[in-house]
Amino acid sequence: MIKKLGLAAAGLGAVFCVATVAAPAVAAETPKRGGTLTYMIPADAPPSFDGHRETTYATVHAAAPFYSVLIRVNPDNPSSNTDFVCDLCTEMPKPTDDGKTYTFKIRQGVKFHDGSPLTAVDVAASWQEIVRPRDGVSSARQSYFIMVDKVEAPDATTVVFQLKFATNAFLPALADPYAWIYKKEILDRDPHWFEKNIMGSGPFKFVSYEIGQSIKGVRNPDYYRQGQPYLDGFVGIFAAKQAVRVDAIRADRAAIEFRGLPPSARDELVRELGDKITVQASDWNCGNLVTPNHKRKPFDDVRVRRALALAIDSWHGAPALAKIATVHTVAGIVFPGSPLAASREELEKIAGFWPDIGKSREEARRLLKEAGVEGLKFELMNRNVDQPYKYVGTWLIDEWSKVGLQVTQRVLPTGPFYDALRHGTFDVTVDFNCQSVVNPLLDIGKFLPHSVYAENYGGYDDEKEVALYQAILHETDPTKQRAMVREFEKYVLDTQTHMIMTPWWYRIVPHRSYVKGWKISPSHYVNQDLANVWLDK
Amino acid sequence: MYRYIVNRVLLLIPTLIGAAALVFVLMRLIPGDICVVRLGSGGGSVDPRAVAVCHAELGLDRPLILQFLDFVWGFFRLDFGISMWSGKPVAEEIAARLPISLEIAVVATVVAILIAIPLGTVSALKQNSWIDHVVRTVAIAGIATPSFWLGIVSILVVLDISHAIFGAPWMPPIDYVPFWQDPLRNLSMVILPALTVGYRYSAVTMRMTRSAMLEVLREDYIRTARAKGLLERLIINRHALKNALLPVVTLIGIEFAFLIGGLVVTEQVFNLNGVGRLFVLAVQNQDYTLTQALVMLTVTIFVFTNLAVDLLYAWLDPRIRFG
Repeated sequence: MIKKLGLAAAGLGAVFCVATVAAPAVAAETPKRGGTLTYMIPADAPPSFDGHRETTYATVHAAAPFYSVLIRVNPDNPSSNTDFVCDLCTEMPKPTDDGKTYTFKIRQGVKFHDGSPLTAVDVAASWQEIVRPRDGVSSARQSYFIMVDKVEAPDATTVVFQLKFATNAFLPALADPYAWIYKKEILDRDPHWFEKNIMGSGPFKFVSYEIGQSIKGVRNPDYYRQGQPYLDGFVGIFAAKQAVRVDAIRADRAAIEFRGLPPSARDELVRELGDKITVQASDWNCGNLVTPNHKRKPFDDVRVRRALALAIDSWHGAPALAKIATVHTVAGIVFPGSPLAASREELEKIAGFWPDIGKSREEARRLLKEAGVEGLKFELMNRNVDQPYKYVGTWLIDEWSKVGLQVTQRVLPTGPFYDALRHGTFDVTVDFNCQSVVNPLLDIGKFLPHSVYAENYGGYDDEKEVALYQAILHETDPTKQRAMVREFEKYVLDTQTHMIMTPWWYRIVPHRSYVKGWKISPSHYVNQDLANVWLDK
Repeated sequence: MYRYIVNRVLLLIPTLIGAAALVFVLMRLIPGDICVVRLGSGGGSVDPRAVAVCHAELGLDRPLILQFLDFVWGFFRLDFGISMWSGKPVAEEIAARLPISLEIAVVATVVAILIAIPLGTVSALKQNSWIDHVVRTVAIAGIATPSFWLGIVSILVVLDISHAIFGAPWMPPIDYVPFWQDPLRNLSMVILPALTVGYRYSAVTMRMTRSAMLEVLREDYIRTARAKGLLERLIINRHALKNALLPVVTLIGIEFAFLIGGLVVTEQVFNLNGVGRLFVLAVQNQDYTLTQALVMLTVTIFVFTNLAVDLLYAWLDPRIRFG
């Protein structure tokens, strides 16, 4: 899935020689110490530095290098959905008590950047704020930890998570890249302190931050991993404009941008710089969904919603879109490549994925006629973000026009877009589901009604769907769980068509070839502490 | 003269209070809530209790009239409060960005004056000659070309030329360094945006210089000067240009004031962390205190620039007297 592209470009069109580079070959290189990594952060500024509160990459790309976490996705194998390793713990625990108790031993000798020792008490306090924040404090991922009953630190080196029920969703959730460990003393004094300040125990120490300009870090000499980090320091430069970021990489003012660039930017850099650029690419644990507003007629009628799905030809649309937009793979509700994802044969039985698009659109027209809304006119709300929102939106409108639907697009800036979502002031919207660690059991929560999952804006309630989901969450047998996910998927995308899938996003990271040690993952939130990055200069 | 200045300065008070009231009301009329934006910027749900705490922290739960009085009283004490978004003092936020905007504005103004006044004058003196046609074409192109487009193209041209000559693409630095820390790096960063903005600025000024000169050159006193045998150079420099500059100075003043907060797109294109970009961010984030302070800063700059321009009139045209 993850490819490293050794690239050669010729003429006007960039022609790519695609070669999969095996991980051991990369691992065989001996890291060099020193140098400062300059990278671009595609944002004006993060809303705050509090990882517990924020969901934007602007926060994680700016501040992850300053913090430690309890466990994480293996930085040497970040494409894996199941390879989790300790960061602050000493050994990945085996659950006890029928899978309901996880006991972590915490490294000794770890220091915060102010020189004070980090103990299990700090780890437990940080996790308590994530799992059950105090009044007036926001935790963006609180809903991921409904299975957690208690987090305790019985002594200075032990943290115990007691679960309400055993679930396979717990460990991947625990590897959340935003779950930074804060100092308990500061949290107790002011739980909002970390919104505006930085003080962690990660590989880099905070140097300076200029809003809208840059953030700087310097190597933490007391870092607990011997020999790391390799860099002397880093500079993250904020630049919202893509052209600036691409030009900066081209002119070597910056070496990399971790979020991802569209195919055109990749082609431009490869054409200009040849082997000085390395491209890493991966399926992305993000996707655009189409959410009909069930509270507005005629989208309260499942026949209309189903017709919207049946009109879309993802199988032919995805390869064409992939040439111009950051989308690639056709899949169901589960991240493609995950053991819980649907196979092509399974998908082809679901509305919107039928192999015969002619038959599919014929059925769409029949349903629209039956519902009495032939030639329906409606508005597709979209977010004012080029990649891939506007590309996907424009493609959808074209697809729908093929069954006689007359759709216009209303593009809104991010703030008003969320406002409209929250207030339900739209007919149909391009929505998104962007998750970090691949954790299908929680990632599919997006499809649950708003009463269960706050970021669902479809305006529906569905007890049967919730019951199906709860059964999946509590099931620990992978085979049974997979079958249940199929049932849930069929129900959500076909029987009720609460939402409609579009091709999953594709993460393309072209970077200067001297940047080594960083490996792409299916999420732009994961693997950003830069401890293993080095410069081959 | 002094009485005039005092009167003008006193008149600033109601002007500034009016501007303050306008910006205060307009900001509150924009739909949305900074706390919702802050707490739900990633699209997540927003806990109403967290929003209430945030309102209390920012003082948004207080009556509007008290918030307004605080703002106006703070403004006159030069205390703009704390940015609702970053939590830093507003003065600090603006001070961090003002130098770059000011630097670009000053360099762009110098560029504009150096280009516009000589070319505008020559164009007027050689009316309808090929020189005039070339200058007018350059001026119209400058007015018609958006600065942001010119900025993008200029970066691409620099990248391509440097790649062709040196084998590696080069572009100006994108992280700001103050002039006193590294003058060369600072100037290499500032020069392209200043030229980009300065070109449009010079085009407008050039047109104004040309038309003002044409008008002045037809005046009786110019004919008289020529009739008494005065040197053409003296006629142009001492009699024509000085009078023709009156509207040009007004234009330069207004454009300069505009540049301080109006370089929004140019700053984005060159990734400059200036006041214009801060303005956009402040509005986008619904940061009331910061937006209000920036509007007041711009209004103040406009008002004082106008005052300075009025005072310059007296020097340029001794017939103008201030009552």
